[in-house]
Amino acid sequence: MTAQKPILEIVDLHVNVEDKEILKGVNLTIKAGEIHAIMGRNGSGKSTLSYTVMGHPRYKVTSGKMLYKGEEISQMSPDERAKLGIALAFQYPVAIPGVSVSNFLRKTTNACRGREIPVKEFRQELKALMAKLGVKDEFLSRYVNDGFSGGEKKRLEILQLSLLKPSLAVLDETDSGLDIDALKTVSEGVNAMVSPETAILLITHYQRMLDYVQPDFVHVFQDGKIITSGGKELALELESRGYEWVQDTTVNQAVSV
Amino acid sequence: MSRAETKEDQATPDLSLNEIGNDYKYGFHDEEDYIFKSGRGLTREIVEKISAMKKEPQWMLDFRLKALDIFMKKPMPTWGNCQMLNDIDFQNIFYYIKPSMKGEKNWEDVPDNIKNTFDRLGIPEAERKFLAGVTAQYESEVVYHSIREDLEAQGVIFLDMDSGLREHEAIVREHFATVIPAADNKFSALNSAVWSGGSFIWVPPGVKVEIPLQAYFRINAENMGQFERTLIIAEPGSFVHYIEGCTAPVYSSDSLHSAVVELIAKPGAHIRYTTIQNWSRNVYNLVTKRAVAHEDAKVEWVDGNLGSKLTMKYPAIYLMGPRAHGEVLSIAFAGEDQHQDAGAKIIHGAPDTTSIIVSKSISKNGGRTSYRGLIKVYPNAKNVKSSVKCDALLLDEKSRSDTYPTMEIDEKEVSIEHEATVSKVGEEQLFYLMSRGLTQDEATAMIVNGFFEPFTKELPLEYAVELNRLIQLEMEGSVG
Repeated sequence: MTAQKPILEIVDLHVNVEDKEILKGVNLTIKAGEIHAIMGRNGSGKSTLSYTVMGHPRYKVTSGKMLYKGEEISQMSPDERAKLGIALAFQYPVAIPGVSVSNFLRKTTNACRGREIPVKEFRQELKALMAKLGVKDEFLSRYVNDGFSGGEKKRLEILQLSLLKPSLAVLDETDSGLDIDALKTVSEGVNAMVSPETAILLITHYQRMLDYVQPDFVHVFQDGKIITSGGKELALELESRGYEWVQDTTVNQAVSV
Repeated sequence: MSRAETKEDQATPDLSLNEIGNDYKYGFHDEEDYIFKSGRGLTREIVEKISAMKKEPQWMLDFRLKALDIFMKKPMPTWGNCQMLNDIDFQNIFYYIKPSMKGEKNWEDVPDNIKNTFDRLGIPEAERKFLAGVTAQYESEVVYHSIREDLEAQGVIFLDMDSGLREHEAIVREHFATVIPAADNKFSALNSAVWSGGSFIWVPPGVKVEIPLQAYFRINAENMGQFERTLIIAEPGSFVHYIEGCTAPVYSSDSLHSAVVELIAKPGAHIRYTTIQNWSRNVYNLVTKRAVAHEDAKVEWVDGNLGSKLTMKYPAIYLMGPRAHGEVLSIAFAGEDQHQDAGAKIIHGAPDTTSIIVSKSISKNGGRTSYRGLIKVYPNAKNVKSSVKCDALLLDEKSRSDTYPTMEIDEKEVSIEHEATVSKVGEEQLFYLMSRGLTQDEATAMIVNGFFEPFTKELPLEYAVELNRLIQLEMEGSVG
């Protein structure tokens, strides 16, 4: 794994939302084949990081670097980033009334892959993935996220990512709002995306998804930056001792330095 | 595979936006080569000349002259976009242009320049593929019409209005102007005075015309006034779906299109009338459309307004018999310097009548849309149910949308619902779609197509494809 090149390299990244600084110097390097988990309290800025990587227009990079496979992406539009191989599974996917899931999936997959996939070929690929993720056929004729339950929305997000096959998949609280069965299926979908060429950044509030998707690294987010990092045991430690523990530890560390 | 799914697969033209200009692709025009072209302006002599050239019966000439009188006396409407309306120069318009000798039954016999025009518009191809009958009107006259033999054998009449009057005078005289009298409004009076062309359809009792009949209207000359007159009579228990499409060349000065359309659905009959109006942006489109639905009858207006400079059109349905049902489903798209003032009127004149109005409008680049609607329930029309839903979508800050709903309810035992929304294309929707690889234009087009979906799904497949394509063209460079 050591010889792998970084997929995502974030260096001292500062990000503003409407003139308020939310990210205050994030450093993070993710290599191909790795799964990283970011944990932190609500409001710690972890979702801001996911939106910034994808290029939401309201999240302005004020300083620092954000490299994808060595290329600076912070000035790129979201669709340019998507075409390079970055994808985000949204915490709150929005509804697109009147647009059927099948039409949406075909258009977006064509756009990301940069070529027209023959309808029959696409359908075969789609049906296979749907079977794996426990998504019913009737899903295809429904409107995108319109009237979907929380679980249905998350399944559709993972279905999209499975189709788009990104090199960098960012999952923003994909586990929230899922019952245990849905969590298992969705986690299997995530695990199926893992390959020596892909990197996964998993953002979560709770440890429970990490029972199914095993991270190589766990980072704790606090007040707009990573305050501590470790292996997967850090997640378990957090679960049992709470976020105060990390906070205290880091403060203690800072004092001892 | 369900129909909806098949449609999804086909109704999504995968055109690269970069390859296409934002041009109005029907903006070309032919050299003028006419048998007769009236002078500019409106006079009694022109009305008499039109009637004489058509060899009309005296009662029709009398009707025209009376209507002319009404038109001259009636003031311009004092509502709607008065500024645009008052810019119409009635004395600068050509009221009657006869392009050829007669309406041909074979494309081969249509004069070459006109035939080429309709070829470019794809009309003969559409006829071969999915229509049961076609009329093509060029300027004031229908130059081509056809109907499938099996329908003719069942007694279905589908003619241009002039031929209808000549060949079926008794039916025409019984119904003509009974739904929309000349004095209804200034523009119905104008149409009544100088009408020419349009369609005449009569469907015998119990006959169901399953495949649509289509009329195509083309203005070619600059400052042309097109005044077609359409009358559709569906006898008891019959069904017909009629589709009209319209285009015109792009000129620097204005043309006027002012049609009158009357529908009569007799007991248990069902009429669906679909319009895709795509006039160039120098055309005033001031149209009066009204239907009467008798006992157990059903009338649907499916009305799409994409083009024109100013459209004022409020398809109406008079529900005059118990259990009659009316629906108006409309979309309007207004770009720069365009005003789509459209809506619907439903008159509940009998008990147990029901109606649905769905109006969807989009404004961009400073364009303006208005919904103007009326629901009227007469006393003793018990158990009336009506639902009105108006949704407006604004694509930028400088565009505008207004809603003018009127309710006149004179009966207590009714159920009336009204819902109106105005929304903007959301930043979050755009971001979501762009994060999946769609450019901003593609993402906007997808949101807009979705917004119009309740309308598009009611169109025959070929029209749905064309409409989505037009929207995609309109969206190019619209946001940014």
